[in-house]
Amino acid sequence: MKIERCKGMRDFLPEEMEKFRQITEAFRDSCLKWGYEEVKTPTLEYLYLFTSAGTLTPGMLNRVYSFLDWDGWSGERVVLRPDVTIPVARLFTEHLADRELAKLFYIANTFAFEETGKKNRERWQCGAELIGLRSPLADVELIALALQVLRKLGLDNVEIKLSHAGLTRSILQKSGLNEEQQNQVFDSLLDGDMGIINHLISEKPELSSLFNLQGKSSGFVKNLTSFLTNATPDLKSQIDDFSFISDILQELGYNYRIDIASIRGFEYYTGVIFQLYAGDEKIGGGGRYDALIPAMGGENTPASGFALYMDQLMQILPAKASARDSKGKIVIKMARKSARLGFDIADSLRSSGYIVKFHFGGKGPTDVSWILEVGEKTPVFTLTHISQNKRFHLNSPEELLEKIQNN
Amino acid sequence: MKIKIALPKGRLLKNTARLTHYAGWDLEGYSEDARLYHLNSKRFPELNARIFQEKDIPIQVAIGNYDLGICGLDWVQEFLVKYPGSNLLKIKNLSYGRSSLFLATSPLSGYVSLNSLKTANQPISIASEYPNLAEYLALNLRLKRFNIFPIWGAAEIYPPENADVIILPADNEQQIFDYGLNPISKVLESQAYLIANKNSWATRDLSAILTGLFSSIETVQDASNDSHGHPNKKETRLNLFSNPDQWEGKIHLALPDGHAQKHVVNILEKAGIKIYDYPSACGNRKPRIEIPFIATKVIRPQDMPLQVANGKFDIAITGKDWVEEHLYRFPSSPVVNLLDLKYSRVKIVAAIHNDIPVNDIRSLRNYAISREWKLRVASEYVNIADKYARDHHLYMYRIIPTWGATESFLPDDADLLIENTETGNTLRRHNLKIIDTLFESTACLIASTESLRKPGSGVISTFIEKLKKAVEEA
Repeated sequence: MKIERCKGMRDFLPEEMEKFRQITEAFRDSCLKWGYEEVKTPTLEYLYLFTSAGTLTPGMLNRVYSFLDWDGWSGERVVLRPDVTIPVARLFTEHLADRELAKLFYIANTFAFEETGKKNRERWQCGAELIGLRSPLADVELIALALQVLRKLGLDNVEIKLSHAGLTRSILQKSGLNEEQQNQVFDSLLDGDMGIINHLISEKPELSSLFNLQGKSSGFVKNLTSFLTNATPDLKSQIDDFSFISDILQELGYNYRIDIASIRGFEYYTGVIFQLYAGDEKIGGGGRYDALIPAMGGENTPASGFALYMDQLMQILPAKASARDSKGKIVIKMARKSARLGFDIADSLRSSGYIVKFHFGGKGPTDVSWILEVGEKTPVFTLTHISQNKRFHLNSPEELLEKIQNN
Repeated sequence: MKIKIALPKGRLLKNTARLTHYAGWDLEGYSEDARLYHLNSKRFPELNARIFQEKDIPIQVAIGNYDLGICGLDWVQEFLVKYPGSNLLKIKNLSYGRSSLFLATSPLSGYVSLNSLKTANQPISIASEYPNLAEYLALNLRLKRFNIFPIWGAAEIYPPENADVIILPADNEQQIFDYGLNPISKVLESQAYLIANKNSWATRDLSAILTGLFSSIETVQDASNDSHGHPNKKETRLNLFSNPDQWEGKIHLALPDGHAQKHVVNILEKAGIKIYDYPSACGNRKPRIEIPFIATKVIRPQDMPLQVANGKFDIAITGKDWVEEHLYRFPSSPVVNLLDLKYSRVKIVAAIHNDIPVNDIRSLRNYAISREWKLRVASEYVNIADKYARDHHLYMYRIIPTWGATESFLPDDADLLIENTETGNTLRRHNLKIIDTLFESTACLIASTESLRKPGSGVISTFIEKLKKAVEEA
C-alpha cells in the first residue's frame, strides 16, 4: 500500500527548506534591525474572529477549514487560520493594547481550501504589522522594509501596484450601482475577479477612464479625485495621504504604478493597498486597515501591514549553491573501538566551526573536503584532503586542527 | 458492467416510481411498501437500482457506489456546499416533488428580517437538518457570530426558545406560518433532481436508460404554481396547539417522538404523572405535563444530548446510544446520564456480511490488511463508529454516515456496520452476522451538570425520584 500525503498539502524537501530559511532569515534580520518584534499566534482560532469584524469576503470565508473542536458542542466553530493580520490584531488587543505603538512581525502558515488540490492549501507568509500610526510615512516604511527584504533575496526589480480602498469604494459609489451591487463588485475585486469590472465597463463605458488606466504619478491620483465631486473631508485627507505616498515612492526611485481596480486582498483594508510583483508573480501585498482593531472591540487604533508570500518567492528564487559546497566539511570514519575518540574529536572540530559528519558504512558523502580516519594505534588520525589528494598521519587533536585550519 | 442507480424513498417515491414506469424501466417492487431495497429491471438487465433515504443519495453517488441518483435538490446542495470538489454532478431537474427551504424565525423573537440577523450583536443559533447549507448561508449573510445545531428533524418546534433561526423544508410559506413561525427568506426552491457520479458520466454510456427517463419527464411534472398559493393568508397565526404556559423560568424537559412515546407514557403513568396530547394525533409538539415548573417539547431523541449540553433543555428522555454518540464527539460535554429507564433495550453491534470468512473484529482487521481492503464503515452513529474503528486500528477505513436502514448497505455499499439491534433478526434476514457487541443501550434520563446547579433544579430531583420508583416497580 502506498501512503500519500494529504491532498493540497506540501512537503518541503531539503533544498526547499534552504530557500525557506533563506527567506525567513533575510526577513527576520531586516525586521529586527528596523525595530520590529516577532510574535506567533495559534493555528486554531474561533471562526467568529474572522466573521465578527466583517473583514473577510464570503468568497474567502467559504474556503476556510472550519470544524467543531472536541468541546464544540455549543456549535462554536474553530478554523485553521485563513489569514494572519486578523489574529495579530487580536493578539494586540488581547495583550498589547496598553502600548501606543507596536511593530510586530511573524512567520506563519495560512489555510484555504482550493478545489483542484493542485495548488497549495497551506501557504506560508512573512508579515509585518505597524500598529498605532496613522501617518502615511508608516505605509512608506512598510513598503521600504518589504523592498529591502526582497533586495536582500536578490529581487531588485519589484514593481509596486498602488491602490486605495477608500478611493475605489467612492468611485464605485459614483458608478450608479446600488449599495448591494457596489459591495458585490468590491468583494469580487478583493477576490481578484477582474471579470466583473470588464462587465461593468461594458455597461458603463465612462468608467473605463477610472478602472482601465494605470497611472504613474500623484497627478493621476488628483485626476481621479476630481471625479469625486462630493468627497467627504475624511476621504479628501486620505487621498492627500495617498498622493503623498506616491510622491515619496517617486522620490525614493521605486518602481510603482497606480491601478485602482487592483485591490485584490482583504476587506479590512481601508486606505492605501500595495501589491508587490516580480514579473507577473505577485509576491507580496499589504495595506492600511484603520478600522480593524476598533471593529474587534479594541481602541480606535490605526494600523497597516504587509506580507510576503513565501510559496511564490521560493518558486522564483534560484537554488543556493552553498548547500552543496564541500568547503569546511569533514567526514569521520572510525572503528568501533575508537568511537569514544571519534565522537570527542568531532565535537571539538564542530566547535571550531566545521561541519562534521560520521560515515558508518554505505556510500560515503561526496560534499566534503576532508576524510578523517580515527584508528586504534598511533598515529591515530589519518587525514586526507580529497581534492589535493594529500594524506597526513597525525597524533594529537591540536595537530589535526592546525593541519585543517592551515589548508 | 451494471449501471447502478440510487432511488429515493419517502416524499419523492410515488412520482419517481411513475417516472421510471413511463421511462420503461420496469422496476419490480419500487413502491411505498417496498420490502426489498434492491430492484432489478426486466427491460434493462444491466440496470441495478436500490432504494435509499433521500439524504443518503448524494454521498452514495459522489463516492461512486452508484452511477446515478434521484433526490431533492435540497440534499444535493447540502452536500455540494460542503464538498464543492466532489464527484457529484447535477444532470437534470426532473420537475416534480417541489418543496422549498425556508429560513424561519419566531415572531416572538427580535429577528424579523435578514437584516436584523446581520446586525445582531448576539451569537445567532441556527438549528437545521441542513447544517452545511446553514453554515454557507450564515457566512454569506455575513452574520457576525453564529452557532449551528445539526438536528435530525422537528425543526419547527425549536424557535424561539431552542434556536433563533431554523432552516426547514416546506411546501409553501403558509406551512411555515401554520407552525407559528415567520418565513423570513426562501433559501432554495427544490425539485427532484437527477444526479450522476462524474467519472460514470464521463466514461460510461448511460444513454439507453436515460433517453426514456428524459422523454417521460413531462408526465410527472408538478402543477405550475401551487407553491405560490394562498396569497391572502400570509400571516403568522398563533400556533393553535401550543400550550399557553410560559417557557421562561421553568425546567425544560425534552420528550421523544416516534415509537418511544408509548414507553414514556407508560412510565409517566406508573409515576403518577399526567400528560396531555402525547403522542399527539394532530402533531402537537408541546404537550402539557402535570408537574409544576416543568415545560415540555417533543423532539428527536438523537438531538437531545446536544440540546441538553447547551442548556436549551434541562432534562431529556433519550437513549444511551445517543448519549454515547454525543460524548464520543464531545468528551468534555456537561451531559450526564441520571437514570436508566430500562426499556428499549438494544445492543450496539458490529456486523458484517456472512460471506466474509471471519468471526471477530481482530480477524476482520487482519483480513482487511492482508487484502489492502479499505473498509467502509456505515452507521447512523458516526462518532461511535469512528471511535470503534480507531480503537481497533481498522487499517484504512472510511465512515459512511447513514440515515436509517443501514443493514441494507451491506455488502454492496459498505463492509462493516455499527448498528443497534434488539433480537438480531433484521441483521440475520439481510444475511449479516454480528462480530462484536460494543455496549447495551436502554432509554435513559439525562441532564447537564449546569442544569443541576440552576435555581429550581429541585424540580428535577423530584421528577427523577418519581420516575425511579416507577422503574423499580415495573
